[in-house]
Amino acid sequence: MEQSRIVITGLGLTSPNGNTIQEYRKNLLDGVAGVQLIDVRYMGQQPAGVCDFDPKKYQSRKELRVGTRAASIAIYCAHEAVTSAGLDFDGLDKSRIGVYIGTTEHGNVETENEVYNISKFDYDTRYWTHHHNPRTVANNPAGEITINMGITGPHYTIGAACAAGNAGLIQAAQMLRLGEVDLALAGGVSESIQTFGIFAGFKSQGALGSHEDVSKASRPFDKSRNGIVVSEGGAIYTLERLEDAQARGANILAEIIGYRINSDASDYVLPNPVRQAECMRAALANAGIEPGDVDIVNTHATSTPMGDIQEIKAIREVFGDCPTTYVNNTKSFIGHAMGAAGALELAGNLPSFEDNIVHPTINIEDLDPECALPNLVINEPRKVDAVKVILNNSFGMLGINSALIVRKFEG
Amino acid sequence: MTEDQVKQIVIDIINEIAPDEDTSGIKGDIALREQMDLDSMDFLDIVMELRKQHGIEVPEAEYPQLASLDSCATYLTPKFNEK
Repeated sequence: MEQSRIVITGLGLTSPNGNTIQEYRKNLLDGVAGVQLIDVRYMGQQPAGVCDFDPKKYQSRKELRVGTRAASIAIYCAHEAVTSAGLDFDGLDKSRIGVYIGTTEHGNVETENEVYNISKFDYDTRYWTHHHNPRTVANNPAGEITINMGITGPHYTIGAACAAGNAGLIQAAQMLRLGEVDLALAGGVSESIQTFGIFAGFKSQGALGSHEDVSKASRPFDKSRNGIVVSEGGAIYTLERLEDAQARGANILAEIIGYRINSDASDYVLPNPVRQAECMRAALANAGIEPGDVDIVNTHATSTPMGDIQEIKAIREVFGDCPTTYVNNTKSFIGHAMGAAGALELAGNLPSFEDNIVHPTINIEDLDPECALPNLVINEPRKVDAVKVILNNSFGMLGINSALIVRKFEG
Repeated sequence: MTEDQVKQIVIDIINEIAPDEDTSGIKGDIALREQMDLDSMDFLDIVMELRKQHGIEVPEAEYPQLASLDSCATYLTPKFNEK
């Protein structure tokens, strides 16, 4: 069956080190991390990635009071994406727009806040807010986008742990191919820094990152790495069928040429390099390319002692014989943006199609030999002959793996 | 507590829950919803804030008493003074 080609035509993002693609990319090339200490309820100061976009740019103060942080991030990114795509949004048929937003989790923040609130009233549930349910339904971040922008097509979130950013984009590509929508707003968001439960959970698991210099707390592949830095953020793209994008003369940022989601079926939290390798190989087959055709592999590595080794093992298995395939990592700059991670990390690499530079993974003072790869781009950006294909890894708990492959659009 | 003081308490709550609204020229005898962009969830917020901030309970059957600033004052002032 002949399938429509799916292209990315717009991008909006907020990251702990940038609120536009230009600012974000500059910091990725200049080695500027975006991690700081924040006060986490019951836990005190913890490293985290915090975004400083202006939420009032697209929302009223009342919307901000009633809605969620995840939705606020989503609304900001969605508006920025539409603007970046050069779409005549007012002239579009809003019933033909789909909103597909990846989230690692949703509702923890709002539930914790309400439990804390009623703790001040002797746990009397009469003080529990009526906003709780609309804030915590799983579709909240996507639904608030539709309300804010007047979109009447389908909307939902894709719960896919930390593979969710890729999963949002994959869902959008599929819905465009099915003809369910003509334009998709898709990607991932995270508000996770506001839930102490995520921090405490990682801490109990022995997987919460720290360092006396907070900007080095997230340091995948470094021998001294000791865990994850939790971040908030978002990246939302406009996706269209190629023929529609060309008909309106859109600027095409990339083409989605292949993807795969699979499952480890082995453990709740421990990654499985065999399945990760299978996932990457299946995505390559789906794209109809060979491993050596890939110029950048953006790793998922989260700075945990075991997870980083396992992913490198999988990458070595697939790309071991590929001298022009470079490997990098974005979490070393911004921490782990959870549901936003896949979408945000892809965004950080897309400008490589224009500048042919591979952003590095930073904070490596002592490379773990078990994480060593000949083409791991360490601490300094690498100028290469050409970047035409990027493979973006995003993995998550319960053994969900995703690999998304995009190609520079050249007709 | 006077009715004017109760009106000010209600206005303060509206300023909190609907921060985009201009409450400076609210007319006491006209329904709040006709003068401002307030929905049913906002009225539930008013009820919640009366409970949280002032210990005032408004039973659901009596929500219509909160329709205008004047009716709020008439209905709520005795409640404040009974506390």
